[in-house]
Amino acid sequence: MAEELRVLLQYADQINPESADDYVKVGGYKGLEKARSMDRKALIDEVKKSGLRGRGGAGFNAGMKWSFVPQDAPIKYVVCNLDEGEPGTYKDRIICEKNAQALLEGMAICGTAISSKQGYIYCRGEYPFVVELLKNAIKSAKASGALGDFDIEVRMGAGAYVCGEETALIESIEGHRGEPRFKPPFPGVEGLWAAPTVVNNVETFACLPNILANGAEWFAGIGATRYPGTKIVTLTGDIENATYFEVPTNVTLRDVIFTLGGGVKNGKKFKAVQVGGTSGAFIPEQNLDTQIDFDSMGSIGAALGSGAVFVLDETRDIVDVVTRISKFFEHESCGKCNPCREGTFRLREIMEKVNAGRGTTQDMDNLLLLSKVMQKAALCGLGQAAPIPIESTIKHFRYEYLRKI
Amino acid sequence: MANYKDIINSCREKRGGIIEAFHALQAEYNYIPQDALVEAARVFGVSEAQAYGVATFYSYLSVENRGKYIIRMCESAPCHVAGADAVIRAIENYLDIKVGETTADGKFTIELCECIGQCQATPVITINSQPVFNVTPEKVPEILDACK
Ligand SMILES: Cc1cc2nc3c(=O)[nH]c(=O)nc-3n(C[C@H](O)[C@H](O)[C@H](O)COP(=O)(O)O)c2cc1C
Ligand code: FES
Repeated sequence: MAEELRVLLQYADQINPESADDYVKVGGYKGLEKARSMDRKALIDEVKKSGLRGRGGAGFNAGMKWSFVPQDAPIKYVVCNLDEGEPGTYKDRIICEKNAQALLEGMAICGTAISSKQGYIYCRGEYPFVVELLKNAIKSAKASGALGDFDIEVRMGAGAYVCGEETALIESIEGHRGEPRFKPPFPGVEGLWAAPTVVNNVETFACLPNILANGAEWFAGIGATRYPGTKIVTLTGDIENATYFEVPTNVTLRDVIFTLGGGVKNGKKFKAVQVGGTSGAFIPEQNLDTQIDFDSMGSIGAALGSGAVFVLDETRDIVDVVTRISKFFEHESCGKCNPCREGTFRLREIMEKVNAGRGTTQDMDNLLLLSKVMQKAALCGLGQAAPIPIESTIKHFRYEYLRKI
Repeated sequence: MANYKDIINSCREKRGGIIEAFHALQAEYNYIPQDALVEAARVFGVSEAQAYGVATFYSYLSVENRGKYIIRMCESAPCHVAGADAVIRAIENYLDIKVGETTADGKFTIELCECIGQCQATPVITINSQPVFNVTPEKVPEILDACK
């Protein structure tokens, strides 16, 4: 029987997220204290050993990422990715609204590890109230002395999904159009204003205080062995409990949907679930007994991504939903690289044709071919992931396409 | 009404802060007036073309005048399956304008947007960035009438 396991959200609604004093009363800033007492290398090793992997989608080992930062660079930055643009996702907002100080503490721990004095939080333009909350939280933390000489500034995005991509995000903080950079160099070596920069997701940072306070082994023992810890998932679509849950990463998708989520809305039957946001694969019923951790999701051709869980009931028209998703990617493509700019346009065009009942099986073949090209040739994850909803539904729900052809 | 030069100056200390300046301008005018854009380019040391390139890249920034109330409808998949299309039609009908247009009295502009991160209560619209939850076509007149 699946149950919630609240670590990041343990004190949700019991403390004022803006108040550093409230946070300290429930044990806050102990992790940072511990981090500061450690040798830098030992600190990075401890984070590595905990097995903490990025919660923003790519699942990269956090300590490993930090270890790439060259020690001799005079200036380094800690950047928090609060762009949260993946449709169906609002877990980073929840973390801020319930436990903002943990995010600040996590950033300061990273600052200690890479010896950086300056952090930035890039918050999406859709969350002006979170920007205010964070500014107050920073004020409170600075006033209490908890952050020491580590400073954090909040910058607001302006409604561009691609700015969640770490190098586009850096461009945006610099005041430019949010177009991704060519990698390498990676941000850890050359990021914000050409200085070494660690970019992590809100949830990744928020895991750190407990890892330091309770030890790497404690964290490594929670959830799935290769992607330990908890994950906040957000349930949307045709689901009884359309809300968020914090779960250990070894819970199955079936438990998330049918136990915590209360099953499909209005007693209807399940058709499909899209995990990880709008760029994720659609998953059929037979794969629901898979754990939600990064690698298990990968083994069924899906991705945990941001932890969004979008459920469709038996009556939903998958081709119509995927057509809508294809419009999203056309709209959000930044236009820098050709495979994505032209590819998202053509995907949308062909999907609309199929959805309108004017498609042929040749169109389906073309969609699959174009999918392959984009996954290989697009510059960033946007263009690489854009065809995945289409490809996965042609694979698992082919009959829905054929019905319209 | 604050002077656009003062607004831009209040952001000049922020390195790369032209987007912050654009946000501050929009908070005052609901769009970025041409003169202000030119001034922001000067203050932040970029060409006018670059400043224009930035202002037009982001969907929340506008270089065209908009209504006092900007109504945005979320169209992303969770809102889509919850009935966003019917809500947007109801808004268009009630205001008698199409998406992208502003009412003749300058009061309302309708725009489409992608997920605003409030998917626990779909479909969602925002009125000047303030989210309104679980919107139905029936609730549209009441919601819009409350905008004075
Ligand atoms: C198109 C695109 C959008 C992304 N959006 C986000 C986002 O909203 N939030 C996020 O944390 N990571 C996002 N990412 C992933 C980031 O590039 C980056 O991998 C992440 O911030 C690293 O943090 P982590 O290692 O803590 O996960 C996005 C990537 C791509 C390609
Ligand atoms: S999908 Fe509309 S608010 Fe998230």
